[in-house]
Amino acid sequence: MSELWRPAAEWELQSMIAKLARDKRAIEVVGHGALRNAGRSAKADVVLTTSGLKGITLYEPTELVMSARSGTPLYEIEAVLAARGQMLAFEPVDLGPTTGAPGGALSIGGVFATNFSGSRRIIAGSARDNLLGVRAINGRAELFKSGGRVMKNVTGIDVARGLTGSWGTLAVITEVTFKVAPMPQTMQTLAFGGLPDDLAVEALNIAMSTPLEVSGAVHLPRNCAARLRTPKLKGIDQPLTLLRLETFAGAIEQRKEKLKAALKVYGTPVELDSEESFSLWSEFRSLSVMPFSTDTALWRISTLPTKAADIVFAIQKFMPAVAFYDWGGGMVWLEVPAAADAGAADVRRAVAVRGGHATLIRAEPEVRGNVDVFEPLKPEIERLTRGIKSAFDPSGLFNRGRMYANL
Amino acid sequence: MPHIELPEPDAGVIRRLPILIEGLKARVGQDLLIVDEEGRRAYESDAFTAYRRVPMLVVLPRTTEEVSKILKYCHENDIKVVPRGAGTSLCGGSLPTEDAIVLCISKMNRVIELDYANRIARVEAGITNLQISAQVAKAGFFYAPDPSSQLACSLAGNIAMNSGGAHCLKYGVTTHNVLGVKMVLIDGTVVEIGGSLLERNGYDLLSYVIGSEGQLGVITEATVKLVPSPEGARPMMIGFRSPEAAGSCVSAIIAAGIIPVAIEYMDRAAIEVCEAFAGAGYPLDVEALLIVEVEGSESEIGVLLGRVAEIAAQFDPKTIKISADPDQSARIWAGRKAAFGAIGRVADYLCMDGTIPLAQLPHCLTRINQICAEYGLKVANIFHAGDGNLHPLILYDANNPEEAERAEAAGEAILKLCVELGGCLTGEHGVGIEKRELMTTQFTPTDLAVQMRIKTVFDPTWRLNQAKVFPLAFTDAMRAGNAASTPEAA
Repeated sequence: MSELWRPAAEWELQSMIAKLARDKRAIEVVGHGALRNAGRSAKADVVLTTSGLKGITLYEPTELVMSARSGTPLYEIEAVLAARGQMLAFEPVDLGPTTGAPGGALSIGGVFATNFSGSRRIIAGSARDNLLGVRAINGRAELFKSGGRVMKNVTGIDVARGLTGSWGTLAVITEVTFKVAPMPQTMQTLAFGGLPDDLAVEALNIAMSTPLEVSGAVHLPRNCAARLRTPKLKGIDQPLTLLRLETFAGAIEQRKEKLKAALKVYGTPVELDSEESFSLWSEFRSLSVMPFSTDTALWRISTLPTKAADIVFAIQKFMPAVAFYDWGGGMVWLEVPAAADAGAADVRRAVAVRGGHATLIRAEPEVRGNVDVFEPLKPEIERLTRGIKSAFDPSGLFNRGRMYANL
Repeated sequence: MPHIELPEPDAGVIRRLPILIEGLKARVGQDLLIVDEEGRRAYESDAFTAYRRVPMLVVLPRTTEEVSKILKYCHENDIKVVPRGAGTSLCGGSLPTEDAIVLCISKMNRVIELDYANRIARVEAGITNLQISAQVAKAGFFYAPDPSSQLACSLAGNIAMNSGGAHCLKYGVTTHNVLGVKMVLIDGTVVEIGGSLLERNGYDLLSYVIGSEGQLGVITEATVKLVPSPEGARPMMIGFRSPEAAGSCVSAIIAAGIIPVAIEYMDRAAIEVCEAFAGAGYPLDVEALLIVEVEGSESEIGVLLGRVAEIAAQFDPKTIKISADPDQSARIWAGRKAAFGAIGRVADYLCMDGTIPLAQLPHCLTRINQICAEYGLKVANIFHAGDGNLHPLILYDANNPEEAERAEAAGEAILKLCVELGGCLTGEHGVGIEKRELMTTQFTPTDLAVQMRIKTVFDPTWRLNQAKVFPLAFTDAMRAGNAASTPEAA
């Protein structure tokens, strides 16, 4: 068990990093631990948690902006926003439940460090897209800031967004500033039944090409749809293709009719009202259709929508696999049987041929230690990646091996 | 205006020019080179016209391979390179130096692939911003960022500056709409950063590239998102008795949970000039005008504009006028988009680009007017109010050096004010040479060192677009060719 260091303030964190850097001790950076079962395990002498850096430092509802210390739990932030009828539009995904870590432990720093965005990403952008500024401490124990609190800012190199998705390997984020959005007045869902994956993805993309501002485009094959808990769809025994509309009350009926008309050839959908829709789309935020199990591994595959069904089909030739298509097919969560390599060879080959990249989200720690969890990089990109890593963290203090075995 | 210092050109490099020309001819052929002085003079400045330097050579490649050969040759021969798109930068982002080669990619303007099923377009980066939208309009899509110079400006320049526009309140800026680039590094290596997918693999290197002002590499191709065109859109004009009332109205609209596609602000000085230019029907008897545009179906537009009008009514507006037809809508926007040009016909101006938190808008407007009055100058205020991005135009006479200096000083005071109020130096135009020395008002030396180290990763010898973005004193060692001098915080 490594030592646990828990600074209570930014200055304390900085002095701890300075000390650890002097002593050349490797650091595992964590929040409240929601992400510890995902990615590779960091090799570290000390666990440094941001869980003591808590609190919302700025909230201007009329300007749609919030700042919070990185260890602030996501649920706290969402509760404060909800009280003012606002939200994080990009619907951050909590990997805790599906990876066997505690649910609801995700910190706002973790949200941006991993950049895992939910279904509304197709219209609201990702966590990265909604980030405005950061304060962080790099491996040289330097406190720096980038970006700010205003919506438009092109002053200097965009270091803030460059930290997203770096899994704490470049710097320890101490505070983030991000956009918030008004909650939609009303929400409705159209659920088309019985479509095979390729036709379903086609329907989703036709919907996303309309000006109706579809804010969720998901397809669940039959075995995945059967896992839904939302009362109206529970126990359903057929594939479900789901489209969400959100707007003001006076406009939603009209948009729904237009969307139904545009998708007439795909059948007559079941309709979910605001409350039912809320329950349904909340399920995806904690990946309840991909429940934790040691018998299976979970992949996250990023590809072009038109390639998604083909990739899933190709992988299914080698192993049984349960797919959850999000972002109109641009993101596929794929559950496969647990295996020594979590199916990496077949998954990676199927993705490589068709274009895309795959990340292993859930597998036994030994498996995650032995296969590439993140898609291997092309040589010239790897060279830049190493350059960036050493620009921030020249002696490799932070999260060693967390993303790549040799970084 | 000798206010902004430009480094002395390296006479040794200029002496070697005949050899360089022969070397480049051998690699990419004579046709791509502009050697004669008259030809080179066309590249002596960008839209920040107060500063001019004739480059020693201009190269106009047609392919990524040619860009790679040119950069590799420059790298091996220690030549500085200034990347250029259409030359519409308002901050001197593509200002050459006499000892540099201008590498202009304006000939690389083809559409490579339109993929409507996945809603993406792959294009050569010299294509103009508006040309992308024009190509995909028939299929019901557009490319969202819409800087006022969109008719002329290149996508490469938009990426370099992370350009915005009037409609980014809803659709975001360039960094939200570009998925990947093909870029050539200074040593000639061609890299694909990002791709055609929503999600990037590994570190988000694309974030460093977008808005890097030609510091990291030369962008030759890009993949951009295509957005479905709205069913309809209509602007309304709201005239106010005071700038403060207009500012408060903007905050109230956003606070009510309405996010229009655009909220544009003009003050009396700007309204008069733009109305004379475009005949848009702007009210001439108001102190401030908001143009608020919403999108959707006919009935949605009606509801939304009605709600905006209700909110505006709390601020005692003098006029509320909804655009009657597409023709009037077009004229309302034509007037706004031509504003810089129209004002340029009556006076020289410096265009500021600071951004402030929305709540500071009324206070900031008052202070801008005070600052300009203190310097004895007139100002016309035009800006993207919805996101707090200000464009005060400080009017002056370029033939009067003393007045020009006062204008620069007033501009500096305004930008410092923006930072003081919690905002930033530039919302969409970039730093370039113009705001280089002001960077220390917004950033600590450590903040800047963090940024400069990223530059060093991509361009280890600091040959690309020198003497821009970072304060001159911070980059002396690197510009002198001290390649190994990784910037350390002061």
